[in-house]
Amino acid sequence: MPANEMRGTRKDDVNSDPEDAIVRFENVGLRYGLGPEVLQDVSFSLVPGSFHFLLGESGAGKSSLLKLIYLALRPSRGLISLFGKDIATTARDHLPALRRRVGVVFQEYRLLNHLSAFDNVALPLRVAGARRAEVEKHVTELLAWVGLKDHMKARPPTLSGGQQQRVAIARAVISRPKLLLADEPTGNVDDAMAYRLIHLFEELNKLGTTIVIATHNQHLVDRLGHGSLKLADGHLVQQPGRNELMAREAASEAAAAKKETGQSEAKTRASRRKSAESASDSAPDSRTAKPAANTKDDDDDFDPTRLENYL
Amino acid sequence: MIRLRSDLPLDRDQLSRFLPWLIAFMVFLSVLAVAGMLVLNATASKWDRGVRGTMTVQVIPSADAATDEARLNAVLTILATSPEIERYDALDDSRLVQLLEPWIGSAAGADDLPLPRLIDVEMKAASGLTAAALSERLADKVTGVTVDDHRVWLDHLVHLIETFEVLALVVLVFIVLATIGTIVFTTRTGLAIHREAIEVLHLIGAHDSYIARQFARRALGLGLGGGIAGLFLAVPTLWVLARLADSLDDRLVPDIGFGPAHWALLAALPVGVALVAMVTAKVTVMRTLERML
Repeated sequence: MPANEMRGTRKDDVNSDPEDAIVRFENVGLRYGLGPEVLQDVSFSLVPGSFHFLLGESGAGKSSLLKLIYLALRPSRGLISLFGKDIATTARDHLPALRRRVGVVFQEYRLLNHLSAFDNVALPLRVAGARRAEVEKHVTELLAWVGLKDHMKARPPTLSGGQQQRVAIARAVISRPKLLLADEPTGNVDDAMAYRLIHLFEELNKLGTTIVIATHNQHLVDRLGHGSLKLADGHLVQQPGRNELMAREAASEAAAAKKETGQSEAKTRASRRKSAESASDSAPDSRTAKPAANTKDDDDDFDPTRLENYL
Repeated sequence: MIRLRSDLPLDRDQLSRFLPWLIAFMVFLSVLAVAGMLVLNATASKWDRGVRGTMTVQVIPSADAATDEARLNAVLTILATSPEIERYDALDDSRLVQLLEPWIGSAAGADDLPLPRLIDVEMKAASGLTAAALSERLADKVTGVTVDDHRVWLDHLVHLIETFEVLALVVLVFIVLATIGTIVFTTRTGLAIHREAIEVLHLIGAHDSYIARQFARRALGLGLGGGIAGLFLAVPTLWVLARLADSLDDRLVPDIGFGPAHWALLAALPVGVALVAMVTAKVTVMRTLERML
């Protein structure tokens, strides 16, 4: 039996225990002003450590759904629960603490152009009140990890699209979020870079982070086989479920692996590096695809497998 | 100059560049208003101190100079034997002429101008002797004598000065309100300009107070800068006004020197205005952000 099908059989299990869910939507509707509902009766739940693609045509409501999850919008109706807290009854003062547990890679990156790459990545730590030395250490490591150690003082407008995207990703993961949301992260990059980015998210997922990636790249989704939610005309037409069991197992494996020391850790890294290389090699267009206009040669400094060194 | 790190590019706003000059102007006016209040208050106090506990006894002249002299001596004898009186001093003719000259010119010294004899009387502290009681005591022995304790005209003057003080205070309140209004306007504009960046800060977990602190710190810096500039503009103005006052007759404008406490109060004005700016900015941001998610 193919792996995807096997995971599909556990779909009901995954959704039958919403109390464990990191994100839970119940009959959620969203309208902007007095306009029609852009999301209607959306219900789903995501378990910790799962990996999902959020699919749908342009205008299907993907970005709106993500905005509801990262608390940029309030629903017109229905219940949203994040980390077990009902958003409607959560005091406004407590929302920042929830938001700090969610990393977001915005569609247009939303970097602050007057700040350097370093300061942009440092923002989540600074707003959380981290000490200067701690900020310095983590941001420097993370920027080196995403291949931007030579661009720490550069401002976003002077960086290429790919570099800006990596700054945005670094900002999203610097505070080690429990939930990572990415809105069309592969929209502006070539396929090779898209696979590398997805691999990066997979690495994060192995370490226990729940991932939701909005995309309309069906080819990518089919190829990687993670669970998916699909939106059409504001309705959720496909529930999460595929791959959930796998995701849980991967998360628990990762947690166990982190406890190990010395040799076993080195083996794990070597194994992941190897699998990353094979994934990169197996990406169909990774060698032949033309580089996107907004990527530069130094995008090659970006090695997703170095993530675990940082984390 | 130490530049504090800010997540918002507040120092690039056109309004922020304009704000220190506006605050400088406000502080300039505040310093003048407060200085005016201090001068008026000191003047009233000085006049009050100078007149309280003193009376002027006037021996009204008659046709016979010898009788007038006898009446004067009789009054002086009564004053000398009154236990409530600390000191008395009969003004001579030349002093009287000197007092009248500013009002009637050279006619003050004319021989045919009948001049009253004035006696400056100073009471002992807490003597309780009133002008009416002294007048009654003198009237028993001497005719044509009046006693004036200056209270009537002094009360009018003090009332006038107090009115000016209230006006200066009202001006000061308007200046503070105008400053608050300006800060509210510029802060709201700043919030609108940087809405996108503020939303990003919110979404990565910033509390409202984190964002408000950045606006408040900026307002404090601009307020202090503008305030000090305003103070530096106001001090020379005050100095010129003080020199002009010195050149006037000290009987019309008493010599009111500013003490260290006065200067300290004036120097504190820029700090006060800067603090008002800081608090206003913080409250404005907090209230505005409360309406955001």
